[in-house]
Amino acid sequence: MIRTPLRPLASVLKARESGENPDLIERENRRLRLEADRDRARARAETRLLALALIFMSAFFVLGARMALLAATEPLEMSRGFQEDISSARADIVDRNGVVLATNLATHALYAETRRMVDPARAARKLGEIFPDIDVPRLEARFTDPARRFIWIRTRLSPEQQQAVHEIGEPGLLFGPREMRLYPNGRMAAHVLGGASFGQQGVRAAEVIGVAGAELYFEERLRDPTQVDVPLHLALDLTVQATVTEVLEGGKRMLNAHGATAVLMDVHTGEVISLVSLPDFDPNARPAPPTEGEPADSPLFNRAVQGYYELGSVMKTFAVAQGIEAGTVTPQTMIDTRGPLTWGRFRIRDFRNYGPELSVKDVLVKSSNIGTARIMQPIGAEAQQDFLRRFGLLEPMPLEVSEAARARPLLPARWSDLSVMTISYGHGMSTSPLALAAGYAALANGGRKVTPTLVKQQGRQVGEQLVSPRTARAMQLMLHQTVQEGTASFARIDGYPVGGKTGSADKPDGRGGYKKEAVLATFASVFPAHEPRYVLVVTLDEPVDTTGSEPRRTAGWTAVPVSAEITRRVAPLLGLRPVRLSQADAAFELRP
Amino acid sequence: MRTLLFLCTALSVIALAAWAYRENHLTRQAMNEQRALNVEIASLTAALRIQRAEWAYLNRPDRLRELVDLNFARLKLVPITGEHFGEIGQVAYPMPEPRSEVVDAVEVFGTFEHLAGTLPEPEALP
Repeated sequence: MIRTPLRPLASVLKARESGENPDLIERENRRLRLEADRDRARARAETRLLALALIFMSAFFVLGARMALLAATEPLEMSRGFQEDISSARADIVDRNGVVLATNLATHALYAETRRMVDPARAARKLGEIFPDIDVPRLEARFTDPARRFIWIRTRLSPEQQQAVHEIGEPGLLFGPREMRLYPNGRMAAHVLGGASFGQQGVRAAEVIGVAGAELYFEERLRDPTQVDVPLHLALDLTVQATVTEVLEGGKRMLNAHGATAVLMDVHTGEVISLVSLPDFDPNARPAPPTEGEPADSPLFNRAVQGYYELGSVMKTFAVAQGIEAGTVTPQTMIDTRGPLTWGRFRIRDFRNYGPELSVKDVLVKSSNIGTARIMQPIGAEAQQDFLRRFGLLEPMPLEVSEAARARPLLPARWSDLSVMTISYGHGMSTSPLALAAGYAALANGGRKVTPTLVKQQGRQVGEQLVSPRTARAMQLMLHQTVQEGTASFARIDGYPVGGKTGSADKPDGRGGYKKEAVLATFASVFPAHEPRYVLVVTLDEPVDTTGSEPRRTAGWTAVPVSAEITRRVAPLLGLRPVRLSQADAAFELRP
Repeated sequence: MRTLLFLCTALSVIALAAWAYRENHLTRQAMNEQRALNVEIASLTAALRIQRAEWAYLNRPDRLRELVDLNFARLKLVPITGEHFGEIGQVAYPMPEPRSEVVDAVEVFGTFEHLAGTLPEPEALP
């Protein structure tokens, strides 16, 4: 660095010549140098201050951000499960009254660390004594295999088994804590709950994951760490569910049916109070999916949700409702029912001959195929499709079980005029009992669409208006008359007036025709008839009533008595007071 | 004056250090306690769950139905039906309480054992 001299010779000489004091020059230069130094020092100090300020500011920001983050996150309760990445926590499932349907239970899994084992042969032998299904030579071979260091032996142990394993005294046999899913009510509501099994397994914990039903559908909700302590409230009522199961089981046994299903639904909220499908299974030991035979015959098959069948005459209600809603008929209009009704090669017949003509009301009450076909004829395919679509009968009916989205109705490939007629009495199109219940619920609640739900609701649903309240009321009256005068006379119960429609559909034989002696009997009912609050659909698969001189298969002799018994038992449980029939009739006259 | 200031500062630093030391240990102790409490809470929660599961298991509808069948002779429990609902008219109007008129009062001494045999058994009462 070149410094400016304090006494530059040229300036000093010049000053001396002119007689000035050369010291002044030195002093001047010294002053300049000092000033320059001072400026430099100040600049450096300023930079340092700025840097310091920046550091402090960023520190404050980091702290502030961290505090905001801590304040915004949900607090978590520490527990044993959280130390590992795998969380076995899973919320309980309870019914609408808080009764436990599914809960977690602490248990232990058994594993072996072969390096720490003292006597593998003895351990294998002793384990074989405790668990008879263990293959002892194979287990011993695995214990002594040098490539293996870690072996899972059992995923769940009972306390007795755990004690027995302790007593072997083998240091290489170890226990890992597990959470086990327990369904304390056994088979009750098995199809709704589904079942659970283990997902990722660690030594300290294992994931409990749902494999079917509501357990799988609500997987995220049940395992959400913030909601683990909040049980999931289903709409089911365990007492009602148990009663329906008991009666349906008895009916199925007495009538020699293959299977049976019942859906009980609140018509205003869409809550499914009870859903039973028989045969059922124990979700604590969910059977493996069948590898052979018809999947629909497996106990795992949920007939109410997955079982899309041609349900027969129960669908006539929708045809009549559409006729009245369209204004083409009234309940009093006379319909020509001379048979058979011929359409191309196809003939439509009635169960028996009902004479030359019937009123629309009697078409429903006596269940005339020709009658409904004639009602639908002028309305046509497009309007029919539109009507059924708005009722949700052309798509899978949603419900909070994992199986619901997988099944869908079978519809005709080409919706011809013949399809219009056959669908009007329930053939040529398949419907699930659940979808049927939702459809009847819409007619029962004054014409508003309801979507069935398994979750407890706070208030009624206000869905799309499907038919006018007038039409809905007319249908309620006609369903009531069907029970009072028509095919469903066994549904007359003391105290609880019921409205409903029967359906006895021949089962398809898989070759395009129908089986002669295999019937699917359905009864869709609403109660109390004059002011419907609940809809109940009962379907029996191939029932036979053998109490008479010849076997009777129609719904009036099979599904209706079972449904009536369910209603008789369940209505008081639902808090309905009995009313006299005259009161119901008066209610219909008062509010037609 | 300056010495005093230095002394004060030094003393306060010592005091603060002692306070911080104590606070540190208290915090650790509290954390240990909290950990122990968490373990206790977890075990109690697990116990509670087991109790709840057991309660639900004992109250499962199948078992209750069996118990009702077994004890039918004693309890005579039947499923509720519409006939079990009463009407308001079936409830008797409460009778006016009879005015107690004590006639021929007798003073009794002793315990109930002394009365045994003198009074009819409770079952025999109408």
